[in-house]
Amino acid sequence: MSLLDIRNLSLSIHGTPILHDVSLRLDPGRILGVIGESGSGKSMTAFTVMRLLPEGAEASGQVTLDGQPILSRSEAQMCALRGRDIGMVFQEPMTALNPLKTIGDQVAETILIHEKIPKRAAMIRAAKALARAELPQDRFPLSRYPHELSGGQRQRVVIAMAIALRPKLLIADEPTTALDVTTQAQILRLLTRLVREDGMGLMMITHDLAVVAEMADEIAIMQKGRVVEAGPTGALLENLQHPYSRALLAASTHAPARSPAAQDTPLLEVTAVHRFYPTPRKSLFGAPGRFHAVKGVSFKLRKGESLGLVGESGCGKSTLTRAILGLEQIQDGAIRLNGRPVFQGRQPDPEVRRRMQVVFQDPYGSFNPRHRVGRLVAEPFHLSPNMPRAERDTAVAEALTAVGLTPGDADKYIHEFSGGQRQRIAIARALITRPELILLDEAVSALDVQVRARILDLLADLSARYGLSYLFISHDLSVVRAITDRVMVMKAGEIVEAGPTETVFRDPRHPYTRQLLAAAPRLPEGLGS
Amino acid sequence: MTRYILTRLLSLVLSLVAASVAIFLVIEILPGDPAAIMLGVNAQPDTLAALRAEMGLDQPMVIRYLAWVGGMLHGDFGTSYTYHTPVAKLIGDRLAVSLPLALFSLLLTVVIAFPVGIWAAARRGSAADTLIMGITQLGVAIPNFWFAMLMVVLFAINLRWFSAGGFAGWDKGLLPALKSLTLPAVALALPQASILARVMRSALLDTLSEDFVRTARAKGLSRAKALRRHALRNALIPVLTIIGMQFSFLLAGGIIIENVFYLPGLGRLIFQSISARDLITVESVVMLLVFAVILVNFLVELAYALVDPRLRSGR
Repeated sequence: MSLLDIRNLSLSIHGTPILHDVSLRLDPGRILGVIGESGSGKSMTAFTVMRLLPEGAEASGQVTLDGQPILSRSEAQMCALRGRDIGMVFQEPMTALNPLKTIGDQVAETILIHEKIPKRAAMIRAAKALARAELPQDRFPLSRYPHELSGGQRQRVVIAMAIALRPKLLIADEPTTALDVTTQAQILRLLTRLVREDGMGLMMITHDLAVVAEMADEIAIMQKGRVVEAGPTGALLENLQHPYSRALLAASTHAPARSPAAQDTPLLEVTAVHRFYPTPRKSLFGAPGRFHAVKGVSFKLRKGESLGLVGESGCGKSTLTRAILGLEQIQDGAIRLNGRPVFQGRQPDPEVRRRMQVVFQDPYGSFNPRHRVGRLVAEPFHLSPNMPRAERDTAVAEALTAVGLTPGDADKYIHEFSGGQRQRIAIARALITRPELILLDEAVSALDVQVRARILDLLADLSARYGLSYLFISHDLSVVRAITDRVMVMKAGEIVEAGPTETVFRDPRHPYTRQLLAAAPRLPEGLGS
Repeated sequence: MTRYILTRLLSLVLSLVAASVAIFLVIEILPGDPAAIMLGVNAQPDTLAALRAEMGLDQPMVIRYLAWVGGMLHGDFGTSYTYHTPVAKLIGDRLAVSLPLALFSLLLTVVIAFPVGIWAAARRGSAADTLIMGITQLGVAIPNFWFAMLMVVLFAINLRWFSAGGFAGWDKGLLPALKSLTLPAVALALPQASILARVMRSALLDTLSEDFVRTARAKGLSRAKALRRHALRNALIPVLTIIGMQFSFLLAGGIIIENVFYLPGLGRLIFQSISARDLITVESVVMLLVFAVILVNFLVELAYALVDPRLRSGR
């Protein structure tokens, strides 16, 4: 008998169908990878098993855990089940913990909800659970608050909470999507170890084929609320049947066709740049400390080149990006575009700023929802004032067309567009001043693989058409490999390795580069080619 | 935590100094001679000279400022020109009414607003929620003096449970004094409770949609328990801010209600001293109110730190 058995599960929310006849099985001690893009219903399947659905949700079909039906249980019975028999780990470790309670209290709470034992005993068991999640008490006392921990450490706390009572089933919903590659690798190893040790079943939800390819025993691929293909990992990946599964695989290994067009003339020159931040004073009248975020970084980006900058969160890559854009003062060194310094005294030079634009990660948060797309796209024109209205409208129409949208879209509001379309609009906004350099700061990280593949194609195409240069900042190594000519690896404010992309990826010199490459999840060799 | 308190204390002292300078300068910069303003246009020259000497206007400005501040630090607020009594005693008498009244109505506000706000948030979108929101909307909209007069008609004139106005005084015992403050306190609390209940509800709805509440539910907590144990404390920061502002308002802003109920409170004192151009009293009462506002803000910030560990560690 299976541990988790989902049969013909259908779900609708306020009458809108979300899931159609979903059937999945998971045995004890096994890992089931559920893969799909956003909106495929993978998270909703998990929330149905937990019965933590939004209001207006109606589920039909059968869900059994250890032979016991789930859907017909009362809410009180579900409360007794959640946390004890089913544990859950979420995507966003930064917000998944209560900021006002200590980690010890939060882990112990799981135990105290389900067992009548003294608080003290619960704390001892909480310490054990945290230790199993690799947060030993001597280094991470129970009295720590979430804000004193990094994202990866917080995710370990969430895992400790979920496994404290050794549940039969663990559901992990994109548990590593928000984490750096090396942290991701550690968390995935931890989850795999716990599954094997406790013999629990793990339902691992992710959009990343490579993540499950390495750890899952079985895989189910979902699209638009349906399971389109399911089976044992190895066999399934080697012989994908469904067109959607194939498209998904192709997209996740997609490299746009590019013809390197780098000229010898340097476009962007960054010379020995330093950036310090003051840190809070230790005592009321003590001198403030300082944090050296960028430590003497130098590099050149040539005209027409696509240069990658990889590194984990906190390595200084965002600070460097902001400094290049003139959004951040530097304390030492020089940044020049076409030989002209970015800074004129303390202010960025508008003439230089117009030649470079930026596209940020979050296609949802980087637009003012109350402005029409036309106005959003025309925003960079504040750098070239007194432009006639007609000229402005023509430029907007051109930019929208260039990114595959229509001029008519200028009259719409941003909420009418999907994530991928929004990122196209962000690129249109960057294109409108006809820049020579575009900084792409994690610009495709939040996108589904198929959308990401299309945006990468678009970027390659725009670069060829307009002779654009890119500085591509990302923590995603596979994307950087697909779109850049050269790559730089940044660690703790320094560039530790730089070179032609293929050379660095094939023959990394610096130990840190090797560590990064080893940690990145990979699809088995030969797949997708 | 110590650092947090020390920085807040430092800012409290600096705010007080800045406020005292500002108040002093406003009175100084008023066109014309303060003594002449107080006495009006028909003043006799010798009366004017006497008042100028009494107010110390013949001294340099810095000396007068220091004397004023120094006096206040010793509890000497000068002598009221219209009442011919020490301002300190005047303020003390009025505070004995206004402070208990403010505390009383704030207590009512919190006691009403918390359950109502929490109840509405827990039943978001239900008929009960809609009804509560409608009632609080009304509570904000109804002028409180009108509500006060309705209560006088009902409870004082028809039912004769309370007196229609006046203050019994604390020397007559606790109960009669509290009784004479009850109707004014209710009248003051009605709009404040409506505002606070709405703030409580929306703050709670914000935290209820946070990821950590979902985490708490995944551990096996029921909806109600997740609200109580996880959402509530997280929703307190905006609520505390509003409570602080409400207290400052209640202390001096009850002037209309004080007039409706003939209460000898601070609000009426300010009004009367301004009408009588008694600048010495005005200056001191305003300084006292500023002090109260700054002190309340300080206490609210301490409360933030108690609620939120991130503030304690200075981040």
